[in-house]
Amino acid sequence: MDAPMKDHLVSPTLDPEEAKKELLAKYPPKVGRKRSQQIFIKETDGPEDREILSNVRTVPGIITQRGCTYAGCKGVILGPTRDIVNITHGPIGCGFYSWLTRRNQTDASAPGAENFIPYAFSTDMQDEDIIFGGEKKLAAAIQEAYDIFKPKAIAIFSTCPVGLIGDDVHAVARKMKEKLGINIFGFSCEGYKGVSQSAGHHIANNKIFTEVVGTSDKPERTGKYSINMLGEYNIGGDAFEIDRIMEKCGITVNATFSGNSTYNDFASAQMADLSCVMCHRSINYVADMLETKYGIPWIKVNFIGANATAKSLRRIAAHFGDKELIDRVEKVIAEEMPIVETALAQIKPRTTGKTAMIFVGGSRAHHYQELFHELGMTTLAAGYEFGHRDDYEGRHVIPTIKVDADSRNIEELEVEADPKNYRARLTPEEIKAREEAGLKFKDYEGLIPDMPKKTMIIDDLNQYETDKLIEMYKPDIFCAGIKEKYSVQKMGVPLKQLHSYDYGGPYAGFKGAVNYYKDIDRMVNSKVWSKVKAPWQSEGPELTACYVAS
Amino acid sequence: MALLRHTPKEITVERKALSINPAKTCQPVGAMYAALGIHGCLPHSHGSQGCCAYHRSALTRHTKEPISAATSSFTEGSSVFGGQANLLTAIQNIFEVYEPEVIAVHTTCLSETIGDDMNQIVEKARVDGKVPAGKNVIYCNTPSYVGSHVTGYANMVGGMVKNLAKSTGEKNGKLNIIPGFCEPADMAEIKRLALEMGVAANVFPDTSGVLNAPLTGKFEMYPKGGAKVADIVSSGDAIGTIGLGEWATAHAAKMLDSEHKVPCQIMGLPISLGATDDYIMALHKMSGKAVPEIIDFERGQVVDVMSDYNQYFFGKRVALAGDPDQLIGLTKLCIELDMIPAYVVSGTPGNKFERTINEIIKGTPAEGVTKVKCPGDMFILHQWIKQEPVDLIIGNTYCKYIARDEDIPHLRHGFPIVDRMGHTYFPTVGYKGALRLMEKMLDLFLTRRDRDEPESSFELVY
Repeated sequence: MDAPMKDHLVSPTLDPEEAKKELLAKYPPKVGRKRSQQIFIKETDGPEDREILSNVRTVPGIITQRGCTYAGCKGVILGPTRDIVNITHGPIGCGFYSWLTRRNQTDASAPGAENFIPYAFSTDMQDEDIIFGGEKKLAAAIQEAYDIFKPKAIAIFSTCPVGLIGDDVHAVARKMKEKLGINIFGFSCEGYKGVSQSAGHHIANNKIFTEVVGTSDKPERTGKYSINMLGEYNIGGDAFEIDRIMEKCGITVNATFSGNSTYNDFASAQMADLSCVMCHRSINYVADMLETKYGIPWIKVNFIGANATAKSLRRIAAHFGDKELIDRVEKVIAEEMPIVETALAQIKPRTTGKTAMIFVGGSRAHHYQELFHELGMTTLAAGYEFGHRDDYEGRHVIPTIKVDADSRNIEELEVEADPKNYRARLTPEEIKAREEAGLKFKDYEGLIPDMPKKTMIIDDLNQYETDKLIEMYKPDIFCAGIKEKYSVQKMGVPLKQLHSYDYGGPYAGFKGAVNYYKDIDRMVNSKVWSKVKAPWQSEGPELTACYVAS
Repeated sequence: MALLRHTPKEITVERKALSINPAKTCQPVGAMYAALGIHGCLPHSHGSQGCCAYHRSALTRHTKEPISAATSSFTEGSSVFGGQANLLTAIQNIFEVYEPEVIAVHTTCLSETIGDDMNQIVEKARVDGKVPAGKNVIYCNTPSYVGSHVTGYANMVGGMVKNLAKSTGEKNGKLNIIPGFCEPADMAEIKRLALEMGVAANVFPDTSGVLNAPLTGKFEMYPKGGAKVADIVSSGDAIGTIGLGEWATAHAAKMLDSEHKVPCQIMGLPISLGATDDYIMALHKMSGKAVPEIIDFERGQVVDVMSDYNQYFFGKRVALAGDPDQLIGLTKLCIELDMIPAYVVSGTPGNKFERTINEIIKGTPAEGVTKVKCPGDMFILHQWIKQEPVDLIIGNTYCKYIARDEDIPHLRHGFPIVDRMGHTYFPTVGYKGALRLMEKMLDLFLTRRDRDEPESSFELVY
């Protein structure tokens, strides 16, 4: 996290240990023991060296927030790329559900630009395909897609039954790539792999890295300061706002992985000079690989929150180290901050002292605390749907993370310096000088150090615990996804969807921060929550009557 | 710039392998929806957790209601060694933590492909004491590579009958009514019409009160609505069964007939005047109850509006996409209103569909005009529309891309509707439903005229 959040305005009155006991009370003993290790109570303000259990299997029967590997691969990582024809190989459901349901805003307004995002392509496997194998149908589907759309690339996504019956999607991809002369690649992202959608991000990123990155040396945009934005998915137009700010600063965003992205952006990503990582969970390994193979250093950034945005811009400028850029960044911050301050001056008095809980994804549960902090609100509890220990405890624990059977199923790439394209962007002396000046390369401290004392960090939250948390803490707002939204709101607590932003946004950058302030103000201060009880349900005398003499 | 800019007008490639923009989804979501129509039921998805997440999301977006459902959370190990251990653990955890009356398990393409035997696993759960006394676990098979969400609905309703229905040999004087895949509001209306008729109706599944529940300040995982388990158990003693929608209800209705000697009548979903008349006639004949005046009154109102606004409906060309039982009703309504159902596309396979649509349009101006495709997808529908346009598209939310590109009014109907409200509260079945459909169509036609008419011919009264 970029800004320290120490001046907490509210501290929970409830004893968190008691609250934890209450959360676990109803579970069968085995479930309780496991969940106990996934619930972490902050004892101090700052870093702690205790472990939190995460990235482990969901308990069968427990209503989880999580999705699957296919959803992470096709829905999250490849979904926002507009000019790849994404064919789901499997029965119709998976392709149908990943069709436009994640918000994939994209700017395809350029003349001749391709945009396949509004289409759902599927092999719609039938029982005979399951019995006799679906490879022939897949090859035919690729041919038909090529004949109709002539795309520059086709991606294939394997669903659960494809893995079971043993269809070799990679062989089909190779054969059709040779035949059609365009890039065709497959993902073994069957839903049952791994323990959450995180596995799917990994499978998607690895394949994009091996099959696409480095295949073109002609980026769409070039400039003196060129960066890749990693782990930014353009929900609600976040990437548009980040692009606007970067352009204003004179920084060129070469590729965004993968909001508002194109095939060529990925293909020429090795040409950038710095990688900036937003969502650490979904993509940190790609940043590492870009560094090892192509010599591109990486830093962690956060554009959620106006202060965090300013800080991240300064970091990028510090990395390049040019006075011209540093000055321009300061000028942009000075220009942009007044709209933020004006909005805050109006809204903060109405939100100060209120409380929030955030249980989403892999980094948003961390980043969004920044915005709540700016509003004078405290996050009482937070956690990741699919985080790993490093997302909670920081990257320094990576060597100590045990590799279990489920993680072993996810390919880890061995990457070496590319003999042709490796180019060290900074000399060891330059890196040292920047580090001494306070810039941290490939560093992330995780969620735990930023959470206040006595707050709770809960991995893989489920519906039962959600109910209990709300009952006990009565937060003013709860942040999660669509599946959680209406059960929370039935309790009279507004739920902000932080996967889809409830179709609002953008929330990134300066303008995004203002949007967020307004939306949160509207939600926590809406009149609707005062109307939950009918007038006749409120306390008071049961009956009043007047005597009428006849 | 068009959103679906790559859709060519001409059909140059005959697609045999590639489905584009499907007009259906998979079985388990239908099974989950049906299961939510039992009071106190927690649906359970036996497979990877992604299926359950997708189905919960899809149903939540459609109803804007909490959809509680559990999953066996398969990982690679369970996919290799079978899902029995996961399901047994799940059943125990669910009963301890969420305390449902009944768990309704449906399979996924994963558990189907590895061949998990539901009967055996559920039986083992019972023998092992994982099912508390008085509680139930029901199940059905819903392979996603067969049929569609409608098939899944039919299979879960079949599961209710198979696992719960009993016959004692003594008739209870009630009539089973099985609504097809339709909205909570429709189920409530189907129930209301039976009530108006004075029929002792046993309606299942029934999502009304469950998936359009009030906001009260308390989250009820099992809201007040839904069909009671005891009523489904007693369905074997009913005097008869009415199945509304062949695709979604025939399986269960016929099972009640063959297993429990409860005679069944399978008819269309009561969408349109004629289909509602059929429903009332069936209630009348099977129960022996007279049709009350209120039904005549409501019916007469529909005919009144039909006559009042005939000029605006007459000859309008309509494109229809969706589920077979609903499309049959909507096609009937179009014909009743002298409109032309120009294109009818269903993703759910079924040989009878094309024949049924052709029977409906026989002898009408639509004969020889209407194009039907089953199974078809929305890509072909769009290509047809590009070749010869229509005045109205009736279909789920996904049709909005075609509607915007081609500048055609769009009436949302079917599953899923994720960008408009109303479908969970206001029925489109029955006479009230016919009124609502006419109102919505007229609004679209007349709003379009108000927008497009030149000032010189702008009208105040329609």
